[in-house]
Amino acid sequence: MAQLICRDLALGYDGGAILEHLNFEVNAGEYLCILGENGSGKSTLMRTLLGLQPPLSGEIRTGDGLAHNEIGYLPQQTVVQRDFPASVWEIVLSGCQGGCGMRPFYTKEEKARAAEAMETLSITPLTKRCYRELSGGQQQRVLLARALCATRKLLLLDEPVAGLDPRVTQELYALIRKLHARGITIIMISHDLHAALEDADHILHIGSTVFFGTKADYLQSDCYRGFLKGGDAQ
Amino acid sequence: MTLLEYLQYPFVRYALIVGVLIALCSSLLGVTLVLKRFSFIGDGLSHVAFGGLAIAAVMNLTNEMPLVLAVTVVSAVLLLRTGQNAKIKGDAAIAMISVGALAIGYLLMNLFSTSSNLSGDVCTTLFGSTSILTLTRSEVWLSIVLSVLVVAIFIFFYHKIFAITFDESFAKATGTHTGLYNLLIAIVIAVIIVLAMNLVGSLLISALVIFPALSAMRLFKSFKAVTVCAAVFSVVCTVTGLLVSVMSGTPVGSTIVAVDLAAFLLCWLVGKLTAGRAA
Ligand SMILES: Nc1ncnc2c1ncn2[C@@H]1O[C@H](COP(=O)(O)OP(=O)(O)OP(=O)(O)O)[C@@H](O)[C@H]1O
Ligand SMILES: [Mg+2]
Repeated sequence: MAQLICRDLALGYDGGAILEHLNFEVNAGEYLCILGENGSGKSTLMRTLLGLQPPLSGEIRTGDGLAHNEIGYLPQQTVVQRDFPASVWEIVLSGCQGGCGMRPFYTKEEKARAAEAMETLSITPLTKRCYRELSGGQQQRVLLARALCATRKLLLLDEPVAGLDPRVTQELYALIRKLHARGITIIMISHDLHAALEDADHILHIGSTVFFGTKADYLQSDCYRGFLKGGDAQ
Repeated sequence: MTLLEYLQYPFVRYALIVGVLIALCSSLLGVTLVLKRFSFIGDGLSHVAFGGLAIAAVMNLTNEMPLVLAVTVVSAVLLLRTGQNAKIKGDAAIAMISVGALAIGYLLMNLFSTSSNLSGDVCTTLFGSTSILTLTRSEVWLSIVLSVLVVAIFIFFYHKIFAITFDESFAKATGTHTGLYNLLIAIVIAVIIVLAMNLVGSLLISALVIFPALSAMRLFKSFKAVTVCAAVFSVVCTVTGLLVSVMSGTPVGSTIVAVDLAAFLLCWLVGKLTAGRAA
């Protein structure tokens, strides 16, 4: 059974649908890349999958033992107010909050988990630093560590490499590969066609035409050729 | 008179106890208020509390706090609702309610007040010139109970408040009941505002809530350090302001806020200097 199943999903805001009749499913351990032009509704889809906004119609089901508070999420842009006082440790640890329920304090295991996530992303030396004083790449790692605290099963990443330089981008992709290799399902939104085709095993392309399938099928599709052409024309 | 002689008077002791507790409570949620849209809810609510007080005065209630508390908490819940409803602009609704409450409150006091010194009464409610020094025993107890409750709630929900203040979407996406905690925060803010009204009056409440947090944010960079430091600042400034005002006869509320402002400027300066050295 799949971890995440979308049936005839329609999404949008206040009645105006952006996308309709969306069908796809993600199995445990897969790496799905969501492609599409700016404004095609990729972030909206992700927000809907996370339950941050209701779908206009259709249904989203989780399965394979995945509960709703076991999804990790890396937002496209975290508009952290310029002055927000928060240390890296506080932020990473807050990823465990969803599993706390009414419990007011974090357990030893949760703290160990946060420390482990920071180790994985090589940000342990930043533990005590102030989040807003970090570089964009470091901030992105901190948020990824936070997402990792929230899940062992499924990570949703919305343009994780936006604004990062090529070297840091490659590092981040390598990290995501590493997490995938540990058995975490990855759903990533990306504008980076090249990287998407390298790492992902499934592709969801949304826009005027919708494609969902394996990478091999995608490479043969009209959708892919159209997208390439659009890219060339720019 | 010396300080010790002043402390012989029960009303000065009451004022100090309640003042310290109020200062503690009001500073705790300061960071959340400063950094979230709650800041204008706080401002709006203080005006609502003024309206509530006017109604209580017109009804000739001897103990007005329960009524004011009820009115403010209900408004807090309503404001939060409208704020979340995308169709009605949240800030417009807040502006409407707060200015409306201010106007109606003053109107009511004008029409029905039997007091001979109306502008004095209004001034007291707006700037809290003496209310902290004229607390009755029951008001003192109510203040103590509410303050303890606020501090307990804050400690109990500290990590959740942090998660929601820092990134509400993430918190919601990963299974935190943000709606519930937002409601809780709004109610706690309402309670704090009603409490703080006794100390500084409804116009100056925002200062009491926001200054300590802003000061602490100049100096510290983690949420915990800022929260603890804001609480300490707030208590120290309030006690200083209270004592100064009792001894020199200046209005309590404005003296406390003046001390808070001075502390903020000091922190700002220190922050600038240390930042310059680090760079
Ligand atoms: N809060 C909102 N209310 C109404 N419409 C919105 C809202 N957010 C986004 N939209 C609209 O929904 C459409 C899809 O937006 P979305 O952010 O999902 O695009 P995207 O595919 O993530 O684009 P990008 O590649 O630029 O991130 C856009 O046309 C946008 O204008
Ligand atoms: Mg997007």
